[in-house]
Amino acid sequence: MEVRLRAVLADKELIRLYRQMVLSREFEDACAEQYTKGNITGFLHLYTGQEAVAVGATAALGRDDYILSAYREHAQAIVRGAEPRRVMAELFGKATGMCKGKGGSMHLFDPELSFMGGYAIVGGQLPIAVGLALSAVQRGENRITACFFGDGAVNQGTFHESLNWARLWELPVLFICENNFYGIGTEMHRSSALASIHKRTCGYDIPSEKVDGMDVIAVLRAIRHAADKVREEQRPYFVEAVTYRFRGHSMSDPAKYRSAAEHEMWKARDPIPSFAKRLIEEVIVTESELAEIRKECSEEVSEAVRFAEESPWPEDDEVYEDVYV
Amino acid sequence: MPEMTYRDAINLALKEEMRRDSSVVTWGEDVALYEGSFKVTRGLLAEFGEERVKDTPISENTIIGVAIGAAMGGLRPVAELMTVNFALLAMDQIVNHMSKIRYMFGGQTFLPMVIRAPGGGGSQLAAQHSQSLETFFMHCPGMYVAMPTTPADAKGLLKTAIRDNNPVMFLEHELLYNSKGEVPEDPEFLIPFGKANVIRAGSDVTIVAYSRMTALALEAAIELERESISCEVVDLRTLTPLDTETFISSARKTGRAVVVEECWHSAGLGGDIAWRIHNACFETLLVPVARVSGLDVPMPYSRKLEKLCIPQVSSIIQAVRSVLSGASQG
Repeated sequence: MEVRLRAVLADKELIRLYRQMVLSREFEDACAEQYTKGNITGFLHLYTGQEAVAVGATAALGRDDYILSAYREHAQAIVRGAEPRRVMAELFGKATGMCKGKGGSMHLFDPELSFMGGYAIVGGQLPIAVGLALSAVQRGENRITACFFGDGAVNQGTFHESLNWARLWELPVLFICENNFYGIGTEMHRSSALASIHKRTCGYDIPSEKVDGMDVIAVLRAIRHAADKVREEQRPYFVEAVTYRFRGHSMSDPAKYRSAAEHEMWKARDPIPSFAKRLIEEVIVTESELAEIRKECSEEVSEAVRFAEESPWPEDDEVYEDVYV
Repeated sequence: MPEMTYRDAINLALKEEMRRDSSVVTWGEDVALYEGSFKVTRGLLAEFGEERVKDTPISENTIIGVAIGAAMGGLRPVAELMTVNFALLAMDQIVNHMSKIRYMFGGQTFLPMVIRAPGGGGSQLAAQHSQSLETFFMHCPGMYVAMPTTPADAKGLLKTAIRDNNPVMFLEHELLYNSKGEVPEDPEFLIPFGKANVIRAGSDVTIVAYSRMTALALEAAIELERESISCEVVDLRTLTPLDTETFISSARKTGRAVVVEECWHSAGLGGDIAWRIHNACFETLLVPVARVSGLDVPMPYSRKLEKLCIPQVSSIIQAVRSVLSGASQG
């Protein structure tokens, strides 16, 4: 049976979750549009469909907790507090971007938000997360490290090395695998001897659980529980969030390897309308209030695009900056 | 000034920096309890404890990745790779991550970390344990590459590396560990990066070298002096940043240059240095720059064959004679 929403969070917080999911969706839709216009170039991996994971997980973490992610991370940065306009400007390659236009879509970063980066080598962020957790322990900081990665990362050496290491050194790392079933076009069961990802952690003596990644409240509760355990026990924990991307791997992928029936089945589980339905059923908001939120998010994203368009390109001299301290 | 080995000089630098700054930590395979496979970390566990001196699993990529994260979080890790050959298992973290993180994140973070790795050939360790990979790292912007020759330089450069806010590949030579020299006791003795050392002055020919090749170049210079050939030996000390000014002004003075590198000849750093000399000294050079390099083969085990693959004092002497006779080789 589904939990009552008010038993989990106050009304204001519940509405905030809805707003963040809508903002993420609107942002990604705008990215797709700007990509087709040629304003965003390079690789562009959209988070559409997976919003409940970033939103639910981030709401369950502390402000100082470190977050690391892979290259499908716009929503994670925005939900964490990054201004959409600075993210959009980064995607445009402009000087006002979050990383001065040097990182682009796959490399968002803001230490003020403890958002420690988007990484574009599959599994590359896992050992870095372990190192951040170590630094926090040694410096006596009460923060845990949440490391997001996709199902594609679980067959990389760094996955196994990092899980082993985090448990061996007893470090507060919360591993969050966003399982959307496909590593580009290769489905999990075609790449993995054991496709049930959360079961793999027994080899490293790390407790794990699986959660419905299309349900923002389920994600929030699972991550809240997991984060508490990590903080209290100063040991790693592992959550597999089962989710689905509504678009291809990147903008160049029409996702022909997935059946229409499968796609429709998951679309019917879209995390945003299903959460809206619950909010209305439990008389937390009205439909007109939700419509107002959608309008505000849409305007915020339009403003972000306008800001990115109007922002200056980096100066040529910038190319030599930041190679060394 | 006390005399000590290259190994002990590195050990002393580690101890001094760990005493000076509690954020300096070190880890690697067998560095703590076993005190390092080359015994460079002797006494560290006893003095600084398990919190700061750690043994790791045999997971090279993660040894470096954890150091990156720890550096980002405010520690100053010195990660040891048991040998530089194993850096190839960590190239993803070294090249794709460590060297690019500051740049791709728009300068919002920095990585004060050092990777110590012994390397080089000459101990009959065969193909997988005898490599000189310095060019691999030198090729990639975003990290420094230090290769000390003398015990004093080993101490002074490592201390600079640990205090620097950039990632540093600190490449030690396995055959230099037992070499001895005078080492300043001053705990503030630092050698700046990007300053080559004219380790021997001369007038007839410039020999540019680094690490163990500098030691061989000095031996060659001493032998050639008996024939009244005066060699100036420039020890690079750091490959990145590369002090081009010192070897260019030396080559301009002598009009002849030989570059000695232990790495493979093809696409080796000697080609880059020779180009820089040709480019800067085209009018004043008397002959083209000669190169003495490792042979372009995987390292054989047999001592007879191995010797052919690594530059020897005799091959440096031969190269010097060839440039003096007006002909260059290589």
